[in-house]
Amino acid sequence: MYSVGNLVKELAEKYGRERDSLIPILQGIVERHNYLTDEAMVEVAKELDISAAEVYGTASFYTFLDTEPRGKYVIRVCKTITCMMKGKNEILQTLEDMLKIKVGETTPDKMFSLLETNCIGWCHKAPAMLINEIPYTELTPEKVVEILKSYMKK
Amino acid sequence: MIQTGLNKVDLIFEQVNPKDVLKKAYEMTSEEIIKQILESGLKGRGGAGFPTGLKWKYTAAEKDPEKYIVCNADEGEPGTFKDREILDRVAYKVYAGMAIAGMAIGAKKGIVYLRGEYKFLLPKLQRELDIFHKLLSEVGFDFRISYRLGSGAYICGEESALFESIQGERGEPRNKPPYPTTSGVFFKPTSINNVETLVTAVTIIHHGAEVYNQLGTKDSRGSKVFSVSGDTPIPGIYELELGMTVQQFVNEFGDGDTKAVQVGGASGFCVPRKKFAETIIGFEGVPTGGSMKLFNSSRSMYNVLHNYLEFFVEESCGQCTPCRVGCQQLLKGIEKVKKGEVKSTYLNELMKLADTMKLASKCGLGQSVGNAFKTIVENFREEIIY
Repeated sequence: MYSVGNLVKELAEKYGRERDSLIPILQGIVERHNYLTDEAMVEVAKELDISAAEVYGTASFYTFLDTEPRGKYVIRVCKTITCMMKGKNEILQTLEDMLKIKVGETTPDKMFSLLETNCIGWCHKAPAMLINEIPYTELTPEKVVEILKSYMKK
Repeated sequence: MIQTGLNKVDLIFEQVNPKDVLKKAYEMTSEEIIKQILESGLKGRGGAGFPTGLKWKYTAAEKDPEKYIVCNADEGEPGTFKDREILDRVAYKVYAGMAIAGMAIGAKKGIVYLRGEYKFLLPKLQRELDIFHKLLSEVGFDFRISYRLGSGAYICGEESALFESIQGERGEPRNKPPYPTTSGVFFKPTSINNVETLVTAVTIIHHGAEVYNQLGTKDSRGSKVFSVSGDTPIPGIYELELGMTVQQFVNEFGDGDTKAVQVGGASGFCVPRKKFAETIIGFEGVPTGGSMKLFNSSRSMYNVLHNYLEFFVEESCGQCTPCRVGCQQLLKGIEKVKKGEVKSTYLNELMKLADTMKLASKCGLGQSVGNAFKTIVENFREEIIY
């Protein structure tokens, strides 16, 4: 039967049980579960033989190692200067209208979380966003609707 | 198009035979490689501009048998996207640069720290790395590269924070000294170089230091990849010879209404129109890791500064007080001035705070916040107040 403990063991086999294995393991959990549950962090602590506080302390430093519940698809809209200049607010508005949630929230069906993020390195093709790790650039409200529809069908 | 006097160069993305370059380097001694890099005048392309040859020389002099080459691919500076483009188009040159650095300093291991935002590139980069490892075996050099992914922390672009992150810790910068050349990743002697620096090293070994030396100026040798964005009809990646003025740059990339150029991203300097002609882009003027943002007269410089400060408030690691509290107070401060809750002379107090942050912050993040703050407030004071 699947449990997060088994996933942690699997990741520890792959990345090792040293202190420097910690972040790759946490990234592996987020890749599968979208965020880190308390249970998962405790399992990691046991596997690496460090305290759960160390695991949480490290995880909570990194924006992409979420310790709060997130949906299957995490949308991160870039809010840094060029994206802001090129219409980030309209993009955000479109996403909020379609998903019926505000920034920082997750849809009730746990499919989408909507977040803002700092510069993701697509300033020449602003505005831009990430859905999980996939970048989408030169966004317009129309384009965002199409992209989101394709995810809703998945 | 107007004659701008800009010299476009094609060295970074130029295709070379990696095996030939590696063989050439492998036949050289460590001293010969370092001498070539020193003579080329190459300075680090991440922005800080430390001479690459010296970095290699110091690391080579360390006696520890375990040394590392780390490639800093954690480009997070707002307005910079050149390293993504370089990795996407010529990753094999990045790997070759790491191997050459390995030959120079006597390292057998290389680590690429790739920012989490570029994770989508990893499968392709890994395939290219497998091919490169085969090539290395053919050349006969014992060197292995591995990847580490970041997780969305700007501060991890700071070298010692990056080491902490690789070691599985919070990405908090260390005290210096000791410097990475003595105690870097896993507390071993480490040469940490920017993506573009490593590719440039390949160019120098391939063409020779003399050829590279002919480009640029005394303080800023060679060419550099610029990430151009903002109010420009032609945003993108451009490799240009160093030594141009901001005016020449604006003539080429501006939309005819450029009022300011932010050189070097949020941690860089704002150059207003009246200083375009006298300001050189390079280490003798305004240095940059490549981020060039143009603002036209429709933009409020208050909004620009506000956006930068929000960025720093979120990205400060919070470890040292001058940076953690300083960033917050600068942001609150300009908001109060804008709302008229305090007198406009309050800006003078904030300028002093920015100076204190430069002096007292532990790492480059806190030390650089004042660059944008001061140059924007000095040149666009009325826009901040009214």
